[in-house]
Amino acid sequence: MTIALAGSIGVGAMGLAEDPAGAESVRTVHIRIHFSRFDPGNVMIAPGETARFVIENSDPIDHEFIVGDSRLQLAHERGTEAHHAPRPGEISVPAGATRSTTVTFPVDLGATLFGCHLPGHYAYGMVGTIEVS
Amino acid sequence: MSDRRHRAFGSLLPALSLAIVLAGPAGAALACGGLVTPNGTINLLRTTTLAAYHQGIEHYVTSFEFAGQGQEVGSIIPLPGVPTKVVKGGDWTLQRLLIETQPPVRELAFDAAVAASGTAEVLLEAEIDSLDITVLEGGAVAVGTWAREHGFFLPPDAPEVLQFYAERSPIFLAARFNAERAAEQDVQRGEGTPIHVVIPTPRPWVPLRILALGRQATEVVEADVFLLTDVAPAMLPQALEPTGEEGQSGLILRTSEPASDSLMRDLRSDSRMGWLPRRDMWLTYVEVNERAGLLTHDLAIDASGFGRPDPVAAGLARPIPQDPAGAFPWGAVAAIVAVGAVVLLAGRRLGNRGHDGSGGGGPIGTGSGLGLERSA
Repeated sequence: MTIALAGSIGVGAMGLAEDPAGAESVRTVHIRIHFSRFDPGNVMIAPGETARFVIENSDPIDHEFIVGDSRLQLAHERGTEAHHAPRPGEISVPAGATRSTTVTFPVDLGATLFGCHLPGHYAYGMVGTIEVS
Repeated sequence: MSDRRHRAFGSLLPALSLAIVLAGPAGAALACGGLVTPNGTINLLRTTTLAAYHQGIEHYVTSFEFAGQGQEVGSIIPLPGVPTKVVKGGDWTLQRLLIETQPPVRELAFDAAVAASGTAEVLLEAEIDSLDITVLEGGAVAVGTWAREHGFFLPPDAPEVLQFYAERSPIFLAARFNAERAAEQDVQRGEGTPIHVVIPTPRPWVPLRILALGRQATEVVEADVFLLTDVAPAMLPQALEPTGEEGQSGLILRTSEPASDSLMRDLRSDSRMGWLPRRDMWLTYVEVNERAGLLTHDLAIDASGFGRPDPVAAGLARPIPQDPAGAFPWGAVAAIVAVGAVVLLAGRRLGNRGHDGSGGGGPIGTGSGLGLERSA
């Protein structure tokens, strides 16, 4: 079953999809958050690849990991959700916790972003890029 | 002090505040997870502090300003050591210092400081008027976790800033207005509560970087730092001489002179300020007017007369790690010392086998033995 990630906060579909249950291969991508920065800040994904992002938050403050293009990032930046229920590509990562989310990237996506939209975090530099190529 | 100064002095009483971090719901949340004011995190007025250093004790006096009902405010201040006490500060000491150093009293903003809003060990708790004071010891994560669990809002730069301080001194003071007590005591919006922190420390410093917490890199941090020391202090970074240029940026040395008898007499006459020496103190006034992005250090003070402020205390150099997991190979040192001890024992045995019983291992053994004791 494939669930389209159709703009859960009112933005059009980004074309990302949850990992199908029977996905042949899922690559695990570890991203650490330290001092309110993503490390690595740039991730390479193959077209059509399914990636399981494991986000480790080593900070004593909460963060988010939101995958999507600039329109979706902007929508979250203006959003009002205090916390995100687990959705493909949209998770809250509490202080000191590790969370994961699995996303399949369409073949023709090109590039997209990931970011944190807790107050001031995006402007502080909590944004990274995903190159689908 | 002139009559004009006296009159202005009286009018300044409620005007000062310290860095405050919003702790609770205060306004519309525009961003996901928002529990802060629309503009983000912190909205500071000018900060004013006095750091008096005398006989190895730093007396840190500052003021917190109540932001009004419906808003919970708090602040975290890094300290250079464990305070022996935290008490209410003088009622008008900070205002008197301003008048001493800025005779043409500038217009001060009276708006309230609307603030944005592991396990740390609680070392000390105190209630000062409507302020709840907690002195904490712990690393950056522990203190950050404590603050978050106690309702403090931490902006995104907080983890790095807390680490910056915890590396040098894991002591923090958290202050928070108690809304119920404030109402009972009829504390008015904008009313300041001075506190006085007594900190025995060989290396006094004044926290400056914390003033930039939660600010955009281009925002300007303004603060008045007064020092009262036995001799003219050496500071790091070195404060700049005033150029006369309007809006000069950086740390600007506005006053460096013997504290006048009238100043010391006035300060000592303030409530709870009798601990100040009667005379022979040096007054330094440093105006901080720096962009937040450049305020990545503190102000180290050497009031010994030797003129060597500590770069680590200033935050310009990192301390040498002291823990076993740090960069310094203490394990290897212990192993070397242990080998030395074995050599010592062997040497002594050999020495004891000597004809006079004192040769060979004696002097070497003494040194190695002391090293082993120290390492243990």
